[in-house]
Amino acid sequence: MANREQDIEHITAMAARMRRHILDMALEAGAHSSHFGGGLSVVDITATLFGAIMNIKPDNPEWDGRDRFILSKGHGCLGYYTALHEAGYLSHDELMTFEKTDSFLYGHPVMNRAKGIEFSSGSLGMGMSLGTGVAIAAKRRGQDHRCFVIIGDGESNEGSNWEAAMAAPHHKLDNLVIILDRNRHQQTGSNAEILDVGDAGEKFRAFGWHVEEIDGHDTGALYDMLSARRSDGKPLAVVANTIKGKGFSFSEDDNSWHHKILTKAQYEAAIVELDGAGDAA
Amino acid sequence: MILDRRKAKGLSRIGSRAAYGMTLFELAPEYDDLMVVTADTSTSAGLDRFRNTFPEKYVDVGIAEQNAMGVAAGLASEGMTVALSTFAPFQTMRCCEQIKVNLGYMKHKVVFTGLASGVVLGTLGYTHCCIEDMAVMRAIPNITVLSPADCGETAKAVEAALNHHQSVYIRLTGGSPNPPVYTEDYDFEIGKAVKLREGSDVGIIATGTMVHPALKAAEILAEDGIDAAVINMHTIKPIDTDTVKELSESTKLIATVEEHSLIGGLGSAVAEAKAPLRNAPPQIMMGISDSYDKAGDYGDILEHYGLTAEHIADKVKADYSSL
Repeated sequence: MANREQDIEHITAMAARMRRHILDMALEAGAHSSHFGGGLSVVDITATLFGAIMNIKPDNPEWDGRDRFILSKGHGCLGYYTALHEAGYLSHDELMTFEKTDSFLYGHPVMNRAKGIEFSSGSLGMGMSLGTGVAIAAKRRGQDHRCFVIIGDGESNEGSNWEAAMAAPHHKLDNLVIILDRNRHQQTGSNAEILDVGDAGEKFRAFGWHVEEIDGHDTGALYDMLSARRSDGKPLAVVANTIKGKGFSFSEDDNSWHHKILTKAQYEAAIVELDGAGDAA
Repeated sequence: MILDRRKAKGLSRIGSRAAYGMTLFELAPEYDDLMVVTADTSTSAGLDRFRNTFPEKYVDVGIAEQNAMGVAAGLASEGMTVALSTFAPFQTMRCCEQIKVNLGYMKHKVVFTGLASGVVLGTLGYTHCCIEDMAVMRAIPNITVLSPADCGETAKAVEAALNHHQSVYIRLTGGSPNPPVYTEDYDFEIGKAVKLREGSDVGIIATGTMVHPALKAAEILAEDGIDAAVINMHTIKPIDTDTVKELSESTKLIATVEEHSLIGGLGSAVAEAKAPLRNAPPQIMMGISDSYDKAGDYGDILEHYGLTAEHIADKVKADYSSL
């Protein structure tokens, strides 16, 4: 991997820019509010995927050989739209229409392949099944692209996930990658308070998955793990330990930011933190 | 799919479920990208021969209908021609929201077929009966709903659905044998009802298994001097509003007959089509009342709910006489 250092540098800088865009979008969304915390927890993952890992052609969004991406936890769309912008699918002006009248960027993704949005989501627990279908199609056709699906830990309460978890190893889908955004929170509290998926890695392993556990904000580690392709017939489940609201001191690990309005004062404080982090780096 | 007397008889003998599987088997060579998905129901859908002959076009996801619908949509999103089937309650209601989001909202095209709908499995109890599927599926945008009258029409419906522009729910009713309505070829077009019998007094609109007794009822009524038209409304959505309008203008009483709840199915769809018409005739609705009270033998249930030729004729005659 000759370009490893450059790639990781690119991903890290991209993630920082995405957090800046997220601030702008959240402020612009105003009273519509946004899923701030769960968007920020996936940023380093989506930056790694769209910044380096996925084989995509943003100028030919429906290119047949592209790697597929499904944001099953659709409320994490701030971390998706900003990655699509950085990758070249969405303009900055389009990004700033988020949740506005006549915008195609809703509070949950709505399928728009020309703009890189592969599937609609928002109703939880459906992405793994879609990904399973996409991966079976690739296997039957002898295509070698992969399908990446990001799910949430609150979302893991949905039983349909575990139907897919049983099916994917059975069908030997080593072209399917599930990344669990393990931020340990869900809508109205911590997983521990509401319903905890527990040792998710052990559960996937028991179903026959290859499992990796990782710091979901360590872009180098994400890069290395997602670069490696295996062909042992086992789908890959990555348990990415993350922090909800990652990036800003006022929102990190504070579940009140699940869906909340960003004030101008908070925005300005966040910008200072981002710039400071940039200086420190 | 051309129908002749021999084919109609053969399909009739095996029932609509086996007719479904046989049709997919016959059509498989014509579709490079066909993918048949089941939820541990290959035998129930007459698909064992398909499963053995075309393993590369077959996926079984086990008894997991939510995942089955998601997998089917994922395959469809890759441009494959997807036919999914399991028993009607599980095919429609167990995965209802997956149908809404994947097929209705995203418009991934899947042909999904509810096996043994209605009350044919009455001896197994109402978990395995399905008197709600037309109502539930009709409410979801971008889904076409078909309800074939017999096994030959099932074959035609499957082929038409595979070639249709959007997702299609095919509701299979009746046992095996399943009496044939059609013994020779005819034009099957989604959204276009078929007039099986002319009549100027009463317009009987039937769907699925109820088409056959409706024709018999018309014969009984003829003996009593009541001239009844019979319509096979094989497409429940979009309902054929032109035919409803024409029948409303040419007859004095409309009667709908379905092996489905009286709420939300054929009767409701016809009533919705009649609602804006001036001077439309009254409508009597025959079907299954809003209950799970009568399970058991198929014939007994139909008898209980008045879904036999004799009962249909009696009901029509009584209402027509009191006009």
